[in-house]
Amino acid sequence: MAQIFHRSTNLIARVSILGAVFIIAAVTWALAALNRSPYVTQVGVAREQPVPFSHKHHVKQLGIDCRYCHTSVEEGRFAGIPPTETCMTCHSQIHATSPMLEPVRESWRTNRPIPWTRVYDLPDFVYFDHSIHVKKGVACVTCHGPVDEMPLVWKASTLHMEWCLECHRQPERYIRPREYVFRTDWAPREDQRELGRRLVREYKIDRPERLTDCSVCHR
Amino acid sequence: MGFLLVLALAGSACRQDMHDQPRYKPLAGSAFFEDGRASRPLVEGTIPRGYVKTDGHLYTGKVNGRLAETFPFPITRPVLERGRERYDIFCAPCHGRDGYGEGIIVQRGFRRPPSFHTERLRQAPVGHFFDVITNGFGTMYGYASRIRPEDRWAIVAYVRALQLSQNATLSDVPPAERRRLIGGGE
Ligand code: HEC
Ligand code: HEC
Ligand code: HEC
Ligand code: HEC
Ligand code: HEC
Ligand code: HEC
Repeated sequence: MAQIFHRSTNLIARVSILGAVFIIAAVTWALAALNRSPYVTQVGVAREQPVPFSHKHHVKQLGIDCRYCHTSVEEGRFAGIPPTETCMTCHSQIHATSPMLEPVRESWRTNRPIPWTRVYDLPDFVYFDHSIHVKKGVACVTCHGPVDEMPLVWKASTLHMEWCLECHRQPERYIRPREYVFRTDWAPREDQRELGRRLVREYKIDRPERLTDCSVCHR
Repeated sequence: MGFLLVLALAGSACRQDMHDQPRYKPLAGSAFFEDGRASRPLVEGTIPRGYVKTDGHLYTGKVNGRLAETFPFPITRPVLERGRERYDIFCAPCHGRDGYGEGIIVQRGFRRPPSFHTERLRQAPVGHFFDVITNGFGTMYGYASRIRPEDRWAIVAYVRALQLSQNATLSDVPPAERRRLIGGGE
């Protein structure tokens, strides 16, 4: 029988075996990059909300504390989204006829909640708790970025497992004194490493081996 | 190549079932209930175990139907500090950090609340302040759902401290501190 393939195809076959390694690596890399890209993680993408509520306006310009609205953040797992009553505390008088605030007034009249769009949403198999982080000196801005600069909230971190672990392995790089957790304008006056190490001891933060144990977050 | 891509995409695309499990997270929406909330409002009259409000003084600020003149628990330094923190979060936007009623929200057009440093409010029983925080007062909304009763009392204690601070004389300062106050000039 005549040869089907020319001898030169042997070379192509050999090269393509080698090439496959590169192709697989390239595809893996592309997917990993895609997985971390803003397109997938939505980092930096401002979300449309039913009411254009601006943290920049309320936090930066008016100086309202996070806890005025996110009341359960110190005690609970869940930070809490303010009920319509909280908005009406001020907006019963301020901009009381603004068309922008009509959904708030409608919600107040009909007793139906405002359907806010979630920005940060962990998968349901991950356990997260705000109170422990707040008590151990992890600031809102460390995880949520400069919220006080955001006219509409956008995601400032990927919420990937590697992101959580990055800090659980070396919390001393990120933590600050407890009383400044809610401040958006705080910066360490001394070396962050030194301060961090001291606070890790003072707040009795666990060893990295335990904090990266799977059962801490997957329970 | 195409096959690899399809495989990889399929591998990463079919993972949402564990991400969004059929259970509700706090404040989630629900298509099942008529008002669209998964968190159900409590049936009226529900009292969670351990939350019976038998201590009228602590929970209503009233003793035998009259506004209380005393605090339901001793006021210590940590209580006052807690009170200051809570006051600055919840009251200062309108009443100002000093209690004169010139907070930022008032500057933006909210009705001006009375200053805490008037004779009437200086004489008012502590129960009055507790009642105002709990149930609101005129245009001011109540804070019962946002501030726990213990914290409300802490705020009242701090308001009392503010009132004292604006109406103090040198003789109110302990002798040991007096010299520092005069000498230092700070
Ligand atoms: C006046 C009330 C108010 C204050 C003060 C406030 N927030 Fe918010 N916050 C809201 C409301 C309402 C939403 C929901 C709408 C949205 O996402 O913009 C929200 C949403 C958020 C979200 C996104 C939640 C999600 O996943 O959808 C974050 C993060 C957040 N706030 C952080 C903060 C931080 C940090 C501070 C203090 C620096 C703060 N907020 C102060 C009212 C407030
Ligand atoms: C502590 C008081 C306070 C609370 C609570 C508050 N706001 Fe405001 N808000 C203000 C003030 C004051 C302004 C206007 C500031 C100005 O005019 O410079 C404002 C402005 C706004 C505006 C712009 C309105 C316009 O017509 O320009 C929107 C929208 C808004 N708030 C939404 C909300 C929502 C939604 C909530 C509830 C989560 C809320 N606010 C809670 C004080 C408050
Ligand atoms: C260690 C990182 C971290 C810190 C610190 C942190 N958050 Fe969050 N926050 C998250 C994550 C993760 C979620 C998403 C939780 C989920 O999906 O269950 C979230 C969600 C939220 C939400 C949406 C409602 C909720 O609880 O799911 C709000 C509002 C919020 N955070 C506000 C705050 C405020 C205010 C602070 C500062 C006191 C703060 N966060 C500090 C990581 C953090
Ligand atoms: C910037 C730092 C930082 C980030 C980011 C962070 N954490 Fe933490 N986390 C801490 C610190 C500090 C503690 C306190 C540890 C202690 O008390 O020993 C903690 C504690 C916890 C605990 C309680 C641990 C225990 O003792 O049982 C859980 C659960 C947790 N984190 C989950 C998460 C998850 C999930 C994420 C990612 C979405 C995350 N954390 C991101 C710093 C961080
Ligand atoms: C500090 C918290 C934390 C710890 C500790 C942790 N994880 Fe995770 N894990 C997460 C978060 C957050 C996600 C979600 C990532 C995402 O949404 O892409 C996740 C996702 C995963 C996933 C991927 C599921 C999927 O569908 O993509 C696996 C598998 C996993 N974790 C296994 C582990 C194992 C095994 C360990 C112990 C070695 C561990 N995790 C420890 C926070 C943690
Ligand atoms: C949104 C603005 C606002 C906030 C926040 C607020 N108040 Fe008021 N408060 C008012 C206004 C306005 C009045 C005057 C009401 C009237 O006369 O209709 C008032 C009145 C009062 C009075 C006077 C009652 C009297 O006898 O005249 C007290 C006491 C008081 N507030 C305490 C507090 C305390 C304590 C807090 C914090 C927990 C607080 N307020 C938060 C706006 C506010």
